[in-house]
Amino acid sequence: MTSATTPEVDSTIVARPPRPDRRRALSATPSVRATMIKIVSLGLLDALVFYAAFVLTFNSEWVLAVGVVAAAVVINVIYLRRGWLPAKYLIPGTVFLLIFQVYAIVYSGYVAFTNYGDGHMISKESAIEALIDKSLVRVPESPAYGLVVVERLGQLAFLVTDPEGEALLGSDEQPLRPADNAEFAGDRAIAVDGYTTLDFSEMIADQKRIAAMSVPLTDDPNDGALRTPDGSQAFVYAATMQYDEEADAFVDTATGTVYEDTGEGAFVAPNGTELRPGWKIDVGLQNFVDAFTEESIRQPLLAVLIWTFVFAGFTVAATFAVGVFLAVMLNDERLRFRRTFRVLVILPYAFPVFLSAIIWSGMLNPQFGIINQVFFGGAAIPWLTDPVLAKLSILTVSLWLGYPYMFLVATGALQSIPEEYVEAAKVDGASPWAIFRHVKLPLLMVSMAPLLIASFAFNFNNFNLIYMLTRGGPQDINTGMNVGATDILITLVYKVAFGETGGRDFGLASAFSIIIFVMVAIISVVSFRRTKALEELN
Amino acid sequence: MKVNRRTAAAITAGGVILATTLAGCSAADDGNDGDAQTDASSSLTVWVDANRIEEMQEIAAKFEEDRGIAVELVEKEYGDVMRNDFIQQVPTGEGPDVMVGGHDWLGQLVQNGVVAPLELGDTVNDFSDVGVRAMSYEGVTYGLPVSLENIALVRNTALADSTPANWDELIAAGQEVVASGAAQYPVLVPSDPVDSDPYHLYPIQTSYGAPLFGISEDGSYDPDQLLIGSEGGNEFAAKLVEWGADGVINTSITGDIARDEFAAGKSPYMLSGPWNLPAFQEAGIDYAIEAIPQAGPEAPTPFVGVQGFFVSSESDNALAANEFVVNYLGSEEAQLTLYEAGGRPPARISAFEIAAADNPDVGAFGEVGLTGVPMPAIPEMGAVWDNWGSTQSALVNGTAGDPTDAWQAMSGRIQAAIDG
Repeated sequence: MTSATTPEVDSTIVARPPRPDRRRALSATPSVRATMIKIVSLGLLDALVFYAAFVLTFNSEWVLAVGVVAAAVVINVIYLRRGWLPAKYLIPGTVFLLIFQVYAIVYSGYVAFTNYGDGHMISKESAIEALIDKSLVRVPESPAYGLVVVERLGQLAFLVTDPEGEALLGSDEQPLRPADNAEFAGDRAIAVDGYTTLDFSEMIADQKRIAAMSVPLTDDPNDGALRTPDGSQAFVYAATMQYDEEADAFVDTATGTVYEDTGEGAFVAPNGTELRPGWKIDVGLQNFVDAFTEESIRQPLLAVLIWTFVFAGFTVAATFAVGVFLAVMLNDERLRFRRTFRVLVILPYAFPVFLSAIIWSGMLNPQFGIINQVFFGGAAIPWLTDPVLAKLSILTVSLWLGYPYMFLVATGALQSIPEEYVEAAKVDGASPWAIFRHVKLPLLMVSMAPLLIASFAFNFNNFNLIYMLTRGGPQDINTGMNVGATDILITLVYKVAFGETGGRDFGLASAFSIIIFVMVAIISVVSFRRTKALEELN
Repeated sequence: MKVNRRTAAAITAGGVILATTLAGCSAADDGNDGDAQTDASSSLTVWVDANRIEEMQEIAAKFEEDRGIAVELVEKEYGDVMRNDFIQQVPTGEGPDVMVGGHDWLGQLVQNGVVAPLELGDTVNDFSDVGVRAMSYEGVTYGLPVSLENIALVRNTALADSTPANWDELIAAGQEVVASGAAQYPVLVPSDPVDSDPYHLYPIQTSYGAPLFGISEDGSYDPDQLLIGSEGGNEFAAKLVEWGADGVINTSITGDIARDEFAAGKSPYMLSGPWNLPAFQEAGIDYAIEAIPQAGPEAPTPFVGVQGFFVSSESDNALAANEFVVNYLGSEEAQLTLYEAGGRPPARISAFEIAAADNPDVGAFGEVGLTGVPMPAIPEMGAVWDNWGSTQSALVNGTAGDPTDAWQAMSGRIQAAIDG
């Protein structure tokens, strides 16, 4: 769209006495080109939506198909109708918002209501298939049979050479029987009258069928069946587990144990043993119930919660104090090399947090760490392995990492305080401390209070720092708790949900993140209410 | 007003292009799905790490020439990313047909139903026993072993002229060297300040008769038979306290520090894997690789990590994938080719013998590996490592209190983690 030409066209339209047909065109749209673009674009969109809806319907994704069509109808109406200008502006952004934000949030919310996680990643059909595959094992010490796959009238059969060199023929329905007129190459049967031998590429073309073939050795299915993993050899397989389709249950052929689908996303024996893999199901509020009843998390929850608040609260308060202090100092124009100092002060901010944390964990090494070597004369102070010192180390590193941000923000806010206020206070004879306490700080707080709340919310979930520095440890090894002295809520959740107790549980993790979100949201809302009082100071 | 309308039109166009692109993406995805199904029979997709991909190309080319099936090698970073992608993509039908991986992933892969059993047929006898056992889970074989990896005792021949008969003598000999001023540490055992290192300490622990699990009839680990808490374990725990107090084992010595200090000639002995050898060679250390000396009444068994190839349970190319993995990647030639890629002892015995003759270091590590046991692969190992490591760390640092109580408490927690 060139902006230079269109206004000229428009001005000629206005300048000329409008002809009847022109007038109608004008009343419909202001520009022919815009109309064309609009129609072509909408047409393309509709065509694609039609195609997408077709594909989605074909894959039985009914909800998505209806959603796509409904969205397309709304978009068409908005752009074809005159007026509704705000909607015309808003719709592209809204589409983005829905796809990239709302969908992601709704999906992770949905996961919280499923048992999605290790052992429950696949559908029930795939799980049954995997269990059948797993239950078929080669009969120990059974010989390998040389194999070619042969075909007659679309029916596949195995032509095998048994260890004695006899040729045998059989198919899924027909147990093995001698193939008298088989043709041999060396000691292997390679063809038989009335059948066509498949070459490798033909076998590959039909490999799903061949891999699924199971040729009974005799009329008695308990004798086992021949199967082929690679198309050139066959082995005797016996099933350790039978799937009973009618009862929807697996039966252990050796012990007779019945594993039934009890609605927990797995086949379960009466004694509670589950067959793995299970499958993904909706579990309703179960994850939220588990979150509060799970032994490994409920037990240490209070201690972790207190430490989380201490950690986040201290970090915010200390970084704020140090940041503002440095900002005031470096804001003094009498100070030389101010710029250099400012650059030095914000350096910690320039490194990625997790890298800094790893470096700190090296520096705090009891024997080889630079901290002990240089500042404590080589004393082996266990910075990261003693529960109290580990907490102290975390707080120190967190202060070191966090103050540059506060410094930056405070410097900006300080410079926006009108010089007259300070001058006026000086004229009234206020001391520097009084000026700071009664003039600068209240004005600073107006702009910084919301950032302090944001910083609290961030540190509440500061997984990187804790995990990279101490991994939540040291663990108290004399109790049954799976939790370390420096674990905050989010690292505790990580440990519980991602591997501490036998596999990752995405459903539980999602439920926990929703709970943490609610907690942080409540704290933030309450604090924001409070900080409104600050703004009324002005 | 005119300008507004034109802007609106422009935004419309933009929005539509956007929608088109998005719709196009989804449409393209669907198209790919269809293609994948129709093309399935003509190509195999294999996930392989950067270190092996060049050597794999040779093997893939041979397979394509013989069998007329193209092998598409996709480079993926070896490790958690590859494993997690596999677990998440296979159920959606997007994953590869074959993946390279570590045997310790197996429990998780089986638990999630993403890996198919693999029949090695009669070639099973061509592979080292520890390799095949590692690739089996609950008595079923799932992968083709390719390379083994384990620790051994590395001795600085300039500081110690012979290997002591047992672990106590090793410590005594090491302390003598330290007393003479020629070295700083009697022995280097890599550790971690918080989580210690059960992997490096395992041979010593098993030597006291406290392996992690018992072995069931089919040769696989039996998680119901937790042996770590046996009498020998208590003895080992007491020893850890003693060694920690004497400075023989030190949790401050991380893997990196241990490697650097040994390379600097500051210790006569180190428990190390082959991954540190390049650093030692670069530093000009004369070393010998030997079996880990016996500490307690039993022979030490180090953990062996095995890498190999797995076939996806959702592969549409089951026959071709099995053929490629078992008969091509399992061949002596391919195992030697892959050995050149990583320098680790091959799992196929005949290939190992050739490699060992070619490089004595590989032979020495491989010999020690043959006495080892596969690292357990049960999905609960994460919890096991955590409890195990934190307890050993506390014992070495002398903060655990009574060693027997601490060791028994740990055994109980490991049991609880396994019972879920």
